[in-house]
Amino acid sequence: MSSRLLAVEDLGLTYGTGQTAHVAIAELDFAITTGEFVSIVGPSGAGKTTLLKCISGLLPPTSGDVRLSGQVVDRVPDRLAMVFQDYSRSLFPWLTVGGNVDLPLGRQGLTRQDRRKRVEESLNAVGLAGFAERHPWQLSGGMQQRVAIARALAYQPEILLMDEPFASVDAQTRAGLEDLVLAVRERFAMTILFVTHDIDESVYLADRVLVLSRSPARVVADLETALPHPRDQIETKERGDFVHLRGEVARLIRAESMAGASNAIP
Amino acid sequence: MIATVTETRQARGLAARWRATATGRSSGFLVRWGALLAVGVVWELLATRSRSPFFPPMTDILTRARDLWFSGDLAAGFVAWDRVQVDLVPSFTRLALGWLLAAGVGIVAGVVIGRARNLADYVDPLVHFLRAIPPPALIPPFLILLGQGDRMKVALIAFGVVWPILLNTIDGVRSVDQVQLDTARIYGIGVRRRLTHIVLPAAAPRIFAGLRISLAIALILMVLSEMVGSVDGIGFGILQAQRSFQYVNMWAGILVLGIAGYAINAGFLRIERRVLAWHRAEKGGAR
Repeated sequence: MSSRLLAVEDLGLTYGTGQTAHVAIAELDFAITTGEFVSIVGPSGAGKTTLLKCISGLLPPTSGDVRLSGQVVDRVPDRLAMVFQDYSRSLFPWLTVGGNVDLPLGRQGLTRQDRRKRVEESLNAVGLAGFAERHPWQLSGGMQQRVAIARALAYQPEILLMDEPFASVDAQTRAGLEDLVLAVRERFAMTILFVTHDIDESVYLADRVLVLSRSPARVVADLETALPHPRDQIETKERGDFVHLRGEVARLIRAESMAGASNAIP
Repeated sequence: MIATVTETRQARGLAARWRATATGRSSGFLVRWGALLAVGVVWELLATRSRSPFFPPMTDILTRARDLWFSGDLAAGFVAWDRVQVDLVPSFTRLALGWLLAAGVGIVAGVVIGRARNLADYVDPLVHFLRAIPPPALIPPFLILLGQGDRMKVALIAFGVVWPILLNTIDGVRSVDQVQLDTARIYGIGVRRRLTHIVLPAAAPRIFAGLRISLAIALILMVLSEMVGSVDGIGFGILQAQRSFQYVNMWAGILVLGIAGYAINAGFLRIERRVLAWHRAEKGGAR
């Protein structure tokens, strides 16, 4: 039986105080076991990014807590990595591709040789062997996001958080990157928490899909996908259970968005 | 900042037009230096015709400049060290000391103020007040406090040029992208490495803009400080020549100053281009 790696307990986050206070997250509960691939999907503005910031320790919650391997997260945990949506702002343009992947390895007490090996391995894993000496701005958007993924892989985290990582690349590049994530997950046996607003993507990638309510965010559904591996962009998406699940998630999100709309116009 | 951005953009546009019109490297070179040469020739013609003692011919000025500072033998690299030692070395030593002092103080203080938001609230008005004082106004008090020597001159240069460096550094440090800082926190990059590997490189384009502006101001203040109570340096030399009616020497001094200013700026730009190659390429969308 796999162990509970991440536990989010009664999590709440309120921005500001008094009249102008905005409740982004309220009473949010879920857990992830080691090795799981969980995607979080929700209507836009549901507080998905805020949730990841709380889980990663970038933003202290106003109530409840986040536990990683039983430890309360009160700062960024050592063995946690994150891939941001905005790769062009997350990569450092003054460093080479190799330099970007290598920078986080500084404090892990590795020899220079080990570091070079890890950089090489992770660039290989994302199909960017031979690009170590280039600069991020010399690469296309999809390639830049692969550099960001390689940086996370080289760090060898226990858990990888991904914040709408493919929201700003074109559809074909996106499909390629989705399969890349599935492949590296297989190879490095990682636990992944993947936030997206794309329903197909959330079902296609994950073992479990958590559907969030509109803001303040709560979990309104926790669905096992139970789709077979390896997944295939065409065949998996033709399967009856995929189509059914996608419909279910879409209906839940539409219900949430409509609830928001009817609230806004009384 | 805005001025320098448009400046580079205009310069880039001009350079592109030159490249488009010029048929080769040599003609581009001609265009670039032709105007300067033309001014020299016009000066020569007007001066020879007028025979005014105040405006000697360009050839006389050039010859004098060579005789004064560049008449050394091959072993000395054609430099007349005895005169250079008196006229140029003190000046540019002061310039370098003042500018480097200001760069050190400005960058360190700028990083501290830029990182600590609360501190900035306290020191902002002070910085803007001190910056508004025209540096030449401080020559009298600096003369009393520091005497007529090098200390006064270096202090004046440093005081005058520290502000563009300081303000640009504060601005650069403050505008480091939040996603870059979050990335650094996620990957456990410690405070010191965050400073050297993320904050300083991210702020470098603005810091360099400040350093470049301050270099031009430093040159002005160097000459000015040498014109009040000095016994050596190029500023003193120019004033002394005028007072003793050696107008050719006076113009030769101005000419050398112009050349030195141009060379210093060109040298700085070379370094800046090297250090900020990533920035130029990124903004230019070069592949």
